[in-house]
Amino acid sequence: MANSKKQHRTVARGALRRFLHNRMAVVGLVIFLCIVALTVYAVFAVDFESTTAIDPPNRLQPPSAAHWFGTDEMGRDIFARILYGARYTLSISFAATLVAVVIGGIFGAAAGYVGGQVDTLIMSVMDVFMCLPSMLLAIAIVVALGNSVGNLIWAIGVSNIPKFARIVRSSVLSVRNTEYVQAAQVIGTPVIRIIFGHILRNCLGPVIVQATLIFAMAILSVSSLSFLGLGISSPTPEWGNMLSSARANMRNHAYMVIAPGMAILLSIFSLNLLGDGLRDAIDPKMEL
Amino acid sequence: MDKEQNNVLLEVEDLHVSFATPVGQVNAVNGISYTLHRHEVMGIVGESGSGKTVEALTIMGLLGTNATVDSGSIRFDGQELLEKSEKDYVTFRGKEVGMIFQNPMTSLNPVYTIGRQLTEALTVHDKGITKKQAQARAIEMLTHVGITQPEKRMKQYPFELSGGMRQRVMIAMGIICHPKLLIADEPTTALDVTIQAQILDLIKKVQQETGMAVIFITHNLGVVADICDSVTVMYAGHIVEQGSARDIFYHTKHPYTQGLLRSTPSIDPDNNERLIPIPGEPVNLLALPDGCPFARRCTQCMEKCLAEKPPKTEFSPGHIAYCWLYGEGKEDGTHG
Repeated sequence: MANSKKQHRTVARGALRRFLHNRMAVVGLVIFLCIVALTVYAVFAVDFESTTAIDPPNRLQPPSAAHWFGTDEMGRDIFARILYGARYTLSISFAATLVAVVIGGIFGAAAGYVGGQVDTLIMSVMDVFMCLPSMLLAIAIVVALGNSVGNLIWAIGVSNIPKFARIVRSSVLSVRNTEYVQAAQVIGTPVIRIIFGHILRNCLGPVIVQATLIFAMAILSVSSLSFLGLGISSPTPEWGNMLSSARANMRNHAYMVIAPGMAILLSIFSLNLLGDGLRDAIDPKMEL
Repeated sequence: MDKEQNNVLLEVEDLHVSFATPVGQVNAVNGISYTLHRHEVMGIVGESGSGKTVEALTIMGLLGTNATVDSGSIRFDGQELLEKSEKDYVTFRGKEVGMIFQNPMTSLNPVYTIGRQLTEALTVHDKGITKKQAQARAIEMLTHVGITQPEKRMKQYPFELSGGMRQRVMIAMGIICHPKLLIADEPTTALDVTIQAQILDLIKKVQQETGMAVIFITHNLGVVADICDSVTVMYAGHIVEQGSARDIFYHTKHPYTQGLLRSTPSIDPDNNERLIPIPGEPVNLLALPDGCPFARRCTQCMEKCLAEKPPKTEFSPGHIAYCWLYGEGKEDGTHG
């Protein structure tokens, strides 16, 4: 009996083992967890006031013991602003990914399961959206709707919907005609339960992988939009707008661009490693 | 008469099913009729593409969106199935009719435990059942189909079970709600021979204990001889011969059935006869011939066979064949 218990989760265990054997993936996971931990720490340790309060006498200080990453042109501590900014960047990106997963998932599942004209209609609309570069689409949405956290989430989320719709649709198509789905129909399982319980459960792998990679892309999008002045604007600290305002002093005070730049780079890099590792772990058949 | 009517479980009448495909309309089932009584085990025999599975899926209401039932009726226990809405069908499938498939390796969902899939069959039909009761029923069912250590198996995933065990689980799933009819679609094809025999014995045993009717779809005549009361032989979506298992094996009438029997290997070591295959190729279901669908491959084909649909001839009660050899037009035909 003890032996049987050990065997139970072997599918998940196999994936976990493959993941842990992939050194780069583990590095990605560790870096990302560190970033998340620092962000959570910042929620308690850094208050908004200290990241926005101007301190002109200490402006443009290079990195030191008092200011680890130095201070910016208004004398604000860059380290505190990076930590505080992570909250915006990461949560907006996460929410945007969630929007894309949920809405894209629903459209994709409907297209894949129902098929026929519904499929043609949904996928044609998605294809039209795919034609527009997602960054351009996000810019257009923000410009049209106005500058706010909510709109930023929608803009980045919506521009990633087609990618998820395609992935979910193709996984649903491959699972829909399997015999176990027919077997579930044969015992009288209602359609909704078949879609959510049997089909989508089997599509989770590719969706999780894609979500991780889209999360990384969303961080870049949030920062880029803010960099362009379309996202979170100063004085609220956000990696993109920090980078933008540091440009003026880049020549003499390079550390000002390096800090937020590294923050963006590290989060995206770690998420990409994580996503690749997950893909290899979840779907060992795929060779890439 | 009334009693006879009461004894009928399933009545299929002149059923036509076709599929719309890019190359044209594929006529998969072309006017089949049969009657299945309660507690009866009927075999449906025929080669690949003869419409066996399509016919079964029509009963279950699971035809794909590109399929249409062109005409006919299916009455199950007094209700017309072809008029049922999808909503009605959900309460019908599993509860009234169970079904098991050809390939047990792919018929169980890989992400759920055996227990979860078995209890799902119960909970979708009986909302009032508690988790404990469902578990107990599932374990009871597993024991019933001959699975040892059912409590342990309940917690296992499909990949941890062998093919034979998975087919047992599928049978348990098919009969867990005590359906009146079980459709077994080539349930032994994907298994090796010893396991085949075990699964057949199991289906036979379960049928005798529960008294449900069984439609056994197969292309294996040996299997039919083993467990079926009556046999329907199909060819290109038509019924060619129908009768009791005894009629089909010992009083074979239709040339196609004769051909099938001749091409069945014997295990008698003294029997050194060569197997005689049926010549030719299956008919193109996109363009059915005017006459008998089997005519072009038939060794006893007559001119009439190519021109007109053969009539139904009844040899003894329940034993029928559709063939011109026995029709009124026999005398003016020429052999060749």
